[in-house]
Amino acid sequence: MSYHSNADLGGQDVRDAIVMEPEGEFFHAPWEPRVMALVVAMGPTGLSNIDLNRATRETLPNYRDLTYYEIWLAALEKLVLERGVLSDAPPPPKQVLRAELVAAAISKGSSFSRTPTGPARFALGARVRTIAATPSHHTRLPAYARGKAGVVERVHGAHVFPDTNAQGLGESPQWLYTVAFDEKELWGGQILKQQSTISVDAFEPYLEPA
Amino acid sequence: MSEHEHHPHEPHSEHPQRTLSPIELRVRALETLLTEKGYIDPAALDVLIDAYQTKIGPRNGARVVARAWCDAEFRRWLLADATAAIASLGMSGRQGEHMVAVENTPQVHNLVVCTLCSCYPWAVLGLPPTWYKSAPYRARAVKDPRGVLREFGVELPESTQIRIWDSTAEVRYLVLPQRPAGSEGLSEQQLADLVSRDSMIGTGLPGAAE
Repeated sequence: MSYHSNADLGGQDVRDAIVMEPEGEFFHAPWEPRVMALVVAMGPTGLSNIDLNRATRETLPNYRDLTYYEIWLAALEKLVLERGVLSDAPPPPKQVLRAELVAAAISKGSSFSRTPTGPARFALGARVRTIAATPSHHTRLPAYARGKAGVVERVHGAHVFPDTNAQGLGESPQWLYTVAFDEKELWGGQILKQQSTISVDAFEPYLEPA
Repeated sequence: MSEHEHHPHEPHSEHPQRTLSPIELRVRALETLLTEKGYIDPAALDVLIDAYQTKIGPRNGARVVARAWCDAEFRRWLLADATAAIASLGMSGRQGEHMVAVENTPQVHNLVVCTLCSCYPWAVLGLPPTWYKSAPYRARAVKDPRGVLREFGVELPESTQIRIWDSTAEVRYLVLPQRPAGSEGLSEQQLADLVSRDSMIGTGLPGAAE
């Protein structure tokens, strides 16, 4: 089955100006805070998860035409339909975020660290190459960093694996690494020399020894 | 009808009649549905909105930076284990569960982006500005960082190395900017006032000491 993300923008030719915004200006329409809060409050219900949310957003056909809170709204509407909230037997919420629990829920957050199921395949400083394949599902390896050689510069432990979690296939924890790439490896002669190094956080299944 | 205009035949009330826009109707319908189905406590939405409008924002991150400028031991802790160091100042949780602080030096300038969506360290910076979530920033930050910085009015020496951190997993990055020259006599609070949101993303520099 083909899967296309409309959100994988790194390195694309987008020429619009970046529109500056003063600090403290968090919303631009009166409905936007409500959408932000709805999305956050739906977290504990277990109706979706962060990776399924992202998969739902990035596959919206009109993703590029929408503002960010419009994307959040459209994806939540879609999930509500797809997860059977309107059916005769809607999935019961795991937990409902009550007003008095909000402050504690914010400061606790939800850790994505998990107990690793095996030893890390790569050590700090290891030379690795990212996989080149375009997967047929949600993934977190950006297209610009596929099939590229880099160096492991941080090892973060095992985290929830978005590729399976987004598909409802479980958390399947995987080792997570920060991998650094030289600009020449990513862009070749396409860019003027910027003196830049770019890193991505990459899960172990995205990497092979270089 | 504008938001503040009252219907001519309605007595003044706290809920003036007005026509809701199509998107406001969608948000209201979704909130009503999720409340009726038992997923949402609407009072929790009010608390969430208040938290992200008045309590959790870039002034939190500025306190972290100012502390690191004043306290060498805290700076070392922040760079070694940002999640724990930041938690010691009372900031933790949602979208800050796995923090990494990256330090600007005379040789290295750090820039944070999320090319795949809008990942941002909410626990220390609050909700992201619109430009951070926009296509031009996400597309160009990884490929033309100097051009992006120029749009923000930041011109770096050619010899400065630029380190770009693409937030592709659940690790969240905070830039520790360089302490401004001539700021030796300032208090921690005065220093925090010099720390802009953009300087903690890497698209800006801290204000100059007066």
